[in-house]
Amino acid sequence: MLLRHTPKEVSERHALTINPAKTCQPIGAMYAALGMHGCMPHSHGSQGCCAYHRSALTRHYKEPISAGTSSFTEGASVFGGQANLLQAIDNIFTVYEPEVVAVHTTCLSETIGDDLPQIIDKATKDGKIPKGKHVVYANTPSYVGSHVTGFSNMVKGMARVAESTGRKNGKVNIIPGWVEPADMEEIKRLAALIGVEIILFPDTSGILNGPLSGEYKMFPEGGVTIAQLRSAGDSIGTLALGEWCSADAARFLDTNNKVPCRVLDIPIGLKATDRFVDALRIIAGVSVPEEVTHERGQLVDMISDMHQYFFQKKVALAGDPDQVIAMVEFLVSIDMWPVHVVTGTPGKAFVARVKELTADLPFEVNVKADQQADMFLLHQWIKNEPVDLLMGNTYLKYISRDEDIPMVRWGFPILDRVGHQYFPTVGYKGALRLLEKTLSALLDRKDRDDPEQSFELVM
Amino acid sequence: MISAHDNKAPADPAVIKEQILGKYPPKVARKRAKQILINEALENETPEITANVRTIPGIITMRGCTYAGCKGVIMGPTRDIVNITHGPIGCGFYSWLTRRNQTDATAPDAENYMTYCFSTDMQDKDIIFGGEKKLEAAIQEAYDIFHPKGIAIFATCPVGLIGDDIHAVATKMRNKLGDCNVFAFSCEGYKGVSQSAGHHIANNQVFRHLVGLNDEVKPGEYKINLLGEYNIGGDGFEIDRILKKCGITNIATFSGNSNYDQFASAHTADLNAVMCHRSINYVADMLEVKYGIPWVKINFIGAEATAKSLRKVAKYFVDPVLTERVEAVVAEEMPAVAEVAKDVRPRTEGKTAMLFVGGSRAHHYQELFKELGMKTISAGYEFAHRDDYEGRHVLPGLKVDADSRNIEEIQVSADETRYNPRKSEADMEALQASGLDFKQYEGMIPDMENNTVVIDDLNQYEAEKMVELMKPDIFCAGIKEKFSIQKLGIPMKQLHSYDSGGPYAGFRGAVNFYNEIDRLVNSKVWGYLKAPWQENPELSATYVWE
Repeated sequence: MLLRHTPKEVSERHALTINPAKTCQPIGAMYAALGMHGCMPHSHGSQGCCAYHRSALTRHYKEPISAGTSSFTEGASVFGGQANLLQAIDNIFTVYEPEVVAVHTTCLSETIGDDLPQIIDKATKDGKIPKGKHVVYANTPSYVGSHVTGFSNMVKGMARVAESTGRKNGKVNIIPGWVEPADMEEIKRLAALIGVEIILFPDTSGILNGPLSGEYKMFPEGGVTIAQLRSAGDSIGTLALGEWCSADAARFLDTNNKVPCRVLDIPIGLKATDRFVDALRIIAGVSVPEEVTHERGQLVDMISDMHQYFFQKKVALAGDPDQVIAMVEFLVSIDMWPVHVVTGTPGKAFVARVKELTADLPFEVNVKADQQADMFLLHQWIKNEPVDLLMGNTYLKYISRDEDIPMVRWGFPILDRVGHQYFPTVGYKGALRLLEKTLSALLDRKDRDDPEQSFELVM
Repeated sequence: MISAHDNKAPADPAVIKEQILGKYPPKVARKRAKQILINEALENETPEITANVRTIPGIITMRGCTYAGCKGVIMGPTRDIVNITHGPIGCGFYSWLTRRNQTDATAPDAENYMTYCFSTDMQDKDIIFGGEKKLEAAIQEAYDIFHPKGIAIFATCPVGLIGDDIHAVATKMRNKLGDCNVFAFSCEGYKGVSQSAGHHIANNQVFRHLVGLNDEVKPGEYKINLLGEYNIGGDGFEIDRILKKCGITNIATFSGNSNYDQFASAHTADLNAVMCHRSINYVADMLEVKYGIPWVKINFIGAEATAKSLRKVAKYFVDPVLTERVEAVVAEEMPAVAEVAKDVRPRTEGKTAMLFVGGSRAHHYQELFKELGMKTISAGYEFAHRDDYEGRHVLPGLKVDADSRNIEEIQVSADETRYNPRKSEADMEALQASGLDFKQYEGMIPDMENNTVVIDDLNQYEAEKMVELMKPDIFCAGIKEKFSIQKLGIPMKQLHSYDSGGPYAGFRGAVNFYNEIDRLVNSKVWGYLKAPWQENPELSATYVWE
């Protein structure tokens, strides 16, 4: 047994996190920054932060992740990191020639109180930022929130680029939340089908799912441009997909640029996608094209065809709030039973929302969202009440193996399988893929376990 | 945009160096110039390189931090110590199971915490008011749930900045718990200039808190410690297999597939065999001074190197029985290796490699490439020091800069009761005279051919440039470098964690490596980079539909 020391009995913990269902802010900021065109993310901290984030993102995407670091030494930690950051900005623009550098802080630079706006201002005055190039920033103290918070903070940093000319551009801003490049493509496809012109930010499609062609482009085509971000201040509205990842930036645009916003769930599953499509239709003032309705119908068809295999199957989930909320709703909508739910990202609203979504189930769901809402606790819950399926990132495979429970890899990070770069889980098409993965996991298990006399050919 | 397949490579390494430096701002160029060296035959001298110095901010380095070197590299592979990261959640998360150190915990009562990640997950209130109380509580909670024999605490950046006294907390909890050894590592990420500082800090604390705790004499003959072997992809398993076959007893591996008791008993071995000189030479020196155990440099990467290393160990024990057994094992193992080499070599002969990894691996793996008939045209370390490049003879002249000065040097003296020189002075001299070098490492540069390019702390821009200009057939570095190189159509092998597969050490490891490099450099995929219509863009015919 790989997790042989995990006892069934749950004991109260207040200080120790074991097998976290989250990581720290800066990696979220780095991922979001990669969704800007020609952007070099920059980690203002020790080298290790940047190395760890690049490694984790590389393992998840199997793609090059370039990012700079301020390479703090003990001296910089005592005297402040201004000199390091100024030098870094200069070097990055000289050597790597990005359009934009996106600086985020770390626990180190936050603890010593480095003032990013002031340092960037100095870089501008010292002429270290070439004409026509940009530096955006986000404060991402690792000791607050989680990687989700860091993502949200960098998206807000991108929103700060927005300008209002007073003339509306007729476009809708969509903030997709922490989803995969394939999901961002799918959101663009749906919007185009419905006929809504959008500014999507961040947009990692084309950047983190690139081809192998014998050429390496540090800054591939793709990503939201600075011009588009500027124009976001003139958009007719903002759809923020996910309260945790996207709402802050949307509200910032609302307050600062008078671009009204609506916060929706990430369109994972039938109902959340329905709301997303409906919102786009209302904004555009058009009828939903038949193609989209057709896709929806295919999804409903699969739910109906295979309902017997989903019905009342118990699921344990670990993941990030926006994704998990959408998934819980999806599971409930197809009569699956989410019984244990954890996220390491703190938030009482998360617990309340999950309880609300599961209120009609004939049991009370185990749900927790704080520092001790970790995979260790999830495992203990599973030992006390077994489930049929696990959904979450690769780390769940240790529980999956020990407890002999099938799992669907979903969320971040996925370190041992591929597909998330290329195939969406948002929209109706994405929901079909999630169902296919779920069914494969459940039916592979059934095929393995069914006795010979009742082994089924047709399922 | 760079393409590896465009133009012909300029042969002159001086031109290559100039081209690389040309892009840099003058200050950066001056600094990098000292870390890029063209290997030239100098009279009785190895050319001097600058190493173990700060990375320039904004230059995309391969390097990580002190915490990574301490918690990730040295202490990570030990299975039965609960490693608690004291800090925000990230550091613990990223070092959770990501290094592919294998461990054998199949014994029914074996403790194995390597699959777990423990963290105090510090919050803003802990940063403001201090995190010592939380750390104390976390240690107690870990103890109550797991009852481990050891709990190690690792400091992350903010811990040092806010002044949490982790060593005081460790002492307090060690005394309170009674049957659990609690000790701490001040391995804040900002210390030093790379992972290397973390290795040193880990060495110090392992020596201070673990080594020497168990005087029990273990059974077996020819007792050695294997220092600086981390069991990536099962390397240590293969080495242990060979040692066992030779009748050599491995008391402790630092630290692949290790457990608490191995460290505690390390002082009972009679020889230290140092594999990764960079990460562990401190412990080798301290074991010699305090307990009288000499050390020799060995290398189990490469079949020939493995045979040579076994003979070195045999020579030390001056016992014909052992010498005979070693020769028998070499004779038994080599044919299988030679057979695969013979099959693979026609497909690898004459190809070129670049290696930018570690503090030893860029040197050691040149052995395996040599056995494949491949030439290493450029190499460098990520975090090594000058002695790893030029040999230990440079040690007395090394400048101690501000970044090295703040890494503790433990002053060790001979143990009053347990210091026991394993060989008399006369015996040592005789062994030395017969060609067995103690405390000796010649470094990488002398083993490399003339006009090869040695680059310390290679960065992403230089990596692309080197591939563009020198067009190697394979490039070896780490995960962060992997895909930018492969986008260029050049196969890339990770030599930190091997991507997948292994072991590559020892005899069976050599076979695995030959096959792996054959697979990589001859993969069909490199022929698919251009679509047929890209290769022949002109339409020369049209279909005639019947």
